[in-house]
Amino acid sequence: MSRQRVSFWWFFGTLAFALLLMLVPLPHVLEPFKPYWPALVLLYWALESGDQRITLGLAFVLGVCADLLNGVLLGEQALRLCVLAFIALRFRSRLRFFPMWQQTLAVLALLVNDRFLLLIVRAFAGEATPSALWWASPFVSALLWPFMFLLLDDLRTRLRIQ
Amino acid sequence: MPLAREESSPLFAGTAAGTLRLIFYLAMAMVLMVLDHRNGWLWLLRYKTAIVIEPVYRLASLPADGLHNLSVAFADRRLLTEQNQRLREDLLLANAKLNRMAAVAEQNQRLKELLDTQHSLELHVQMARVIGVDLGAYRYQMMINLGARDGVKAGQPVIDAHGVMGQVVDVLPNSATVMLVTDPDHALPVVIERTGLRTVAYGSRNGEQLTLPTIPMAADVRVGDKLLTSGLGGRFPQGFPVGEIRNVGPAPTGMFLEAHAVPSADLDRSDEVLLLHDLAEPAGPPPPSSPAGPPADQAPAPAASTAIPRVTLPTTPKPGAPQSGVPQT
Repeated sequence: MSRQRVSFWWFFGTLAFALLLMLVPLPHVLEPFKPYWPALVLLYWALESGDQRITLGLAFVLGVCADLLNGVLLGEQALRLCVLAFIALRFRSRLRFFPMWQQTLAVLALLVNDRFLLLIVRAFAGEATPSALWWASPFVSALLWPFMFLLLDDLRTRLRIQ
Repeated sequence: MPLAREESSPLFAGTAAGTLRLIFYLAMAMVLMVLDHRNGWLWLLRYKTAIVIEPVYRLASLPADGLHNLSVAFADRRLLTEQNQRLREDLLLANAKLNRMAAVAEQNQRLKELLDTQHSLELHVQMARVIGVDLGAYRYQMMINLGARDGVKAGQPVIDAHGVMGQVVDVLPNSATVMLVTDPDHALPVVIERTGLRTVAYGSRNGEQLTLPTIPMAADVRVGDKLLTSGLGGRFPQGFPVGEIRNVGPAPTGMFLEAHAVPSADLDRSDEVLLLHDLAEPAGPPPPSSPAGPPADQAPAPAASTAIPRVTLPTTPKPGAPQSGVPQT
């Protein structure tokens, strides 16, 4: 009972923390390299506990929350996170048993795909195409993925959360 | 083979229901985006949910604030003394300049009273702090800690000690979003200080510079020319420094000169900014008056109604020569 509650709060805590990290500013030079934290945490949970926890509806709600905080375009991140969650859930059983480097490559592909989606949405909204550095973010995210995955996994086993 | 049976279903879990659900959510997201793009619902929703959003912003700005405080706490004593010395020198210089300007300003005021214009060199400003929140890469916006409760309205200009930073675009109860002058969507009527040439400065794609794409071919524009706000458009008051021209060349279309300028305000370094309260008086054509005459259903014929010329004389005074205003004390 209480364990379930702890695991519930741990799950939502990580998602909320990812949203907060999205808002924390980096020094001006590092700004384009900022990883897309909500997507990383969502991917972790999608691979870890599948559709018991992560559903498309949850990804949608998380995206709408992120949009509200970012104030860009309502529904933009909802769309991106939905697509991300859908692909991750569909290939979950394969992705889970990949060795770490293959998993990292898969995450990179997912995030690059996400950037393409963002580019399309921005083009439709009539915004300027961003510079080449804009594409650096998925690579930084993918580099961070193994560390984040191991860290979250370790914390999860230590807290004995399913 | 229980494993194989169990594995087969999630491995190829391409059920139609899952795809349908995806399509449903994607359609919902697209509807949201289109509605928001057309009607700007997001800001209404943000205003309503501000009680949740604003504390999150404050929380997210804590690390940046903490770093700033740490850097002050651990700063070298010598560094602080040097900084103090420099600030005192700056203040002395500024005060000296101001004293010299005081007489001129008074004279200017008298002359303006004679001319019966409403311009004044006084400033009504409100100090605001920048909230260190990342609104997404390549957004060229920032948040400040004053909002609707402090009387902030959309459209108010924001300046710092060196020049114009941008304008308030969206207001929450206790914070506001400022669009910087370097945002690609921003345009600012400027005047070149040396020649008095009026033009428009747009933000640029990389967000570091200002672009002036429509300077006439024959115009006299040089590297190093200073840009001031022209006061046209009625948004920014006249005479604030905007930037300095860094390069001039023919535009890709070949019909204009295109210049690039660096903004004079410290766009990514400012902690404290000033919100201007006296908006420039709207200088421009008066709003279209409702056409006087019989109601539309009683109008004789479309040809006759268009034949009546509508005379609207611009009554606003011609903007005078730009002056390098003394921005603030």
